[in-house]
Amino acid sequence: MFENIFTAEAWREAWRILRPTLLSGIWETLYVTLLSTALAIVIGLPLGVLLVTGRPGGVRPLPRALMRFLNALINLLRSIPFLILMIVVFPLTRLIVGTVIGTAATVVPLVIAAFPFVARLVESSLSEVSPGQIEMAQSMGASPFRIVIGVMLPESVPSLISNLTIALTTILGYTAMSGVLGGGGLGKIAISYGYYRYKYAVMLVAVVCLILLVELFQLIGTRLASACDKRQKKNG
Amino acid sequence: MIEISHLSKNFPGEEGEVPALRDVSLTIPDGDVYGIIGMSGAGKSTLVRCINGLERPTAGTNVVDGCDVSLLRGRALRAYRRQVSMIFQGFHLLMQKNCLQNVCFPLRLAGLDRRAAIERGMELLDTVGLADKAHVYPAQLSGGQQQRVAIARAIATEPKILLCDEATSALDPTTASSILRLIREIQEKHNITVIIITHRMSDVEHICRHVAILDGGAVAEEGEVAEIFSRPRSDAARRLVFPQGEVVLPPLADTDARYIRVVFNGVSATSAPLIARMVKERDIVASIAAADTRSIGDRVYGSMILCVGDGRLAASAVEYLNAHPEVHAEEVTARV
Repeated sequence: MFENIFTAEAWREAWRILRPTLLSGIWETLYVTLLSTALAIVIGLPLGVLLVTGRPGGVRPLPRALMRFLNALINLLRSIPFLILMIVVFPLTRLIVGTVIGTAATVVPLVIAAFPFVARLVESSLSEVSPGQIEMAQSMGASPFRIVIGVMLPESVPSLISNLTIALTTILGYTAMSGVLGGGGLGKIAISYGYYRYKYAVMLVAVVCLILLVELFQLIGTRLASACDKRQKKNG
Repeated sequence: MIEISHLSKNFPGEEGEVPALRDVSLTIPDGDVYGIIGMSGAGKSTLVRCINGLERPTAGTNVVDGCDVSLLRGRALRAYRRQVSMIFQGFHLLMQKNCLQNVCFPLRLAGLDRRAAIERGMELLDTVGLADKAHVYPAQLSGGQQQRVAIARAIATEPKILLCDEATSALDPTTASSILRLIREIQEKHNITVIIITHRMSDVEHICRHVAILDGGAVAEEGEVAEIFSRPRSDAARRLVFPQGEVVLPPLADTDARYIRVVFNGVSATSAPLIARMVKERDIVASIAAADTRSIGDRVYGSMILCVGDGRLAASAVEYLNAHPEVHAEEVTARV
């Protein structure tokens, strides 16, 4: 299958294809990933906060039925395979973006797939905040809102950054997958040239670019999380 | 004034309700330093959590300055809690905020603007001797320093009541005493009511005026510290006053010999040696079978077991010792 990949001819051809498309492909992947993650955080962060504060025994317990509904909705959205979800939300995508093909159109299914994931990650980060600190804030007469803003979120910043890095790399993977169903970017290059037209060298380059992007995101995320963490014994 | 009456609290357990507090009644006057002492699981923490409204009692009332805390909800409850500060065994500082930001936290909650909060925060850090650590993060501080920051934070909004929930239990004895001294200083300066929850007798000895002993969720004994230390009546109090176990005296070899229990209830440590004088003046030869005394301030508290030759000598010794107002003596059998 890959026997022709190491011939000079294959690489010359790959260069011809990639020269006009690779940079814009990387750019499209980056911007779809970052935009989708940002929008997923806008929905997922408050939802994640609600999942923690609304629990029985949380700082602002919500009706159990509502919590059950939220959990069921999140589990449902998380269990649908991404490609199927893309198809399912086509009507919504068409309504919002006007088309289902192209880079902008993939943002809709990406956000819908990612926000429940982000909500769970936020839930897990906020659950790490020690109950003692929450009790401290309660004993000072802090309202549930002030506890979230003043204690839970600031105290879990390093953990939130690590977890949101996971979300970012996962969404990057989904972005690449969306190349199968009309999405743009590196995934589209890898699939439409590499897989459909047997240009495996093109596919290899696109995949290596994806790997480098993941490495980059992870590196930045890890550095940032550790730089923000004041629990380490250091001066400053 | 805190008036707790017939307070009970049950927690749901695997086999029905588990009582944590049973019919607790206490009155804590304003400006008092009140100790609540008991073994682990005696219900101490539940009791303070009822006082600041973090826990709702199952039955009974907790009236603070004429207002029943268990009836407060929402905004009114939060306003009440700002009058009642708390420090904890685990300090519970915000680890991602520096010391100054930690102290400013309740000030900002109380509605102070940033600049005013910082100014007051620096004053408070100065009060606890940590002005130079304002921009340092809690992870870089020792346990004692962290508790000082927590104290500065607790008194920031000038509360009327300070609850100390095992505030010194995670600290070494020297640091613990310096923290207790600081609490005492603050109490005297601002005349706030301090409630000390502890399982250590030494904490109570150090600074409390009154103490309640909790045992199995109920008050076993309550009163002035000196009184309870010198004459513990309940089993729970005795266990705390004599942590090594009670003095069990060996059966007397000489059947005529008698034991006398002498309780020192605040004898001035500087006055003439009482026992030696008794031996000299009454010609009673006594041996000390056991002694457990301690000094609180410049006075001696505790008890001692004397062994004398016969019943006549015992009666004479009891009469001699009881002539002193701060001493109580009685003849006892083997169990003390």
